[in-house]
Amino acid sequence: MTESKEWPLWEIFIRGQHGMSHRHVGSLHAPDAERAIKNARDVYTRRNEGTSIWVVEASSITASSPSDKGPLYEPSRDKVYRHPSFYDIPDDAGNM
Amino acid sequence: MTESPNPLFEFLLRQGDNALVLGHRTSEWCGVGPALEEDIALANTALDLIGQTQLWLGYAAEVEGKNRSANDLAFMRDAYDFRNILMLEVPNEDFGRTMVRQFLFDAFQVPWLSALRQSSDQRVSEIASKSVKEAQYHLERSAETVIALGDGTPESHARMQAALNYLWPYSGEMFGNDSTDQAMHEQGIAPLPQSLHKPWMQSVSNTLAQACLAVPEDPFAHSGGRTGFRHTEHLGHMLSTMQVLQRSYPGASW
Repeated sequence: MTESKEWPLWEIFIRGQHGMSHRHVGSLHAPDAERAIKNARDVYTRRNEGTSIWVVEASSITASSPSDKGPLYEPSRDKVYRHPSFYDIPDDAGNM
Repeated sequence: MTESPNPLFEFLLRQGDNALVLGHRTSEWCGVGPALEEDIALANTALDLIGQTQLWLGYAAEVEGKNRSANDLAFMRDAYDFRNILMLEVPNEDFGRTMVRQFLFDAFQVPWLSALRQSSDQRVSEIASKSVKEAQYHLERSAETVIALGDGTPESHARMQAALNYLWPYSGEMFGNDSTDQAMHEQGIAPLPQSLHKPWMQSVSNTLAQACLAVPEDPFAHSGGRTGFRHTEHLGHMLSTMQVLQRSYPGASW
């Protein structure tokens, strides 16, 4: 395999406000993690979107495969009792 | 060259024109940067500098008191009225020279703007406080790039060394010392630029050593930009592009 001259791809996660979780916003190229954070700052926080940036090299992410969809997700489809939707909520409790 | 009757106006033009000319040069990369990420980072830097220009030249226009605006100063003056240092007006050439120039300037701007925060002039202090944060980020980025490319491939190293050799004789102008500098110093508005030369030299040498780049030894320094005495041939060409719209349609707005 020949070594690629392209910078590796990084997935970018940004936390918008304190208390919120980091959200995937996109990806970009950078030579290393430090530079990926700077590039993310320049590409994804130009309109004051962020208070915290996480970067992770895309190749480090293990993703589920679309062909596994059946065994992974279908077994939960008929297990409606896992949803907390079978309780009578007293009016006094208000919105849950 | 006629002596400016108002040294504060002269000082503010130097501040504003440095930001304006480098900002315009940097904006020339928009759409043709070496990578999408660098392209947008350069555009952000250019916008920071143009924002600083608006503040400096806006204040300059008020101080002048001749009913001119920041826009008038930016777009309706000719090359000999500009007060930027020559280093900032020479062409970008390649990404290497662009980043070496940015680095040499940023390494001056960070301590310079930090010092201006203590200015006896409140407006100067406020503009410096806002600008120094941007300059700090620019410096982080430009210093990293200089190290990465200086200590990179044989080609990137050669280009960076060539850029440094070309720009070095222009860097001395940042530390000029004339009657305007003296007046600003006496009024507590700004320190003498000269007083920053030693720390600048130290921090720049440190980064250049990490970048495996040799500091040129030639002590010759070009001058003439910050006094308006003699600009390079390049400024007029740059202004003809930058000013064409306001020159063709004076007062046009959008």
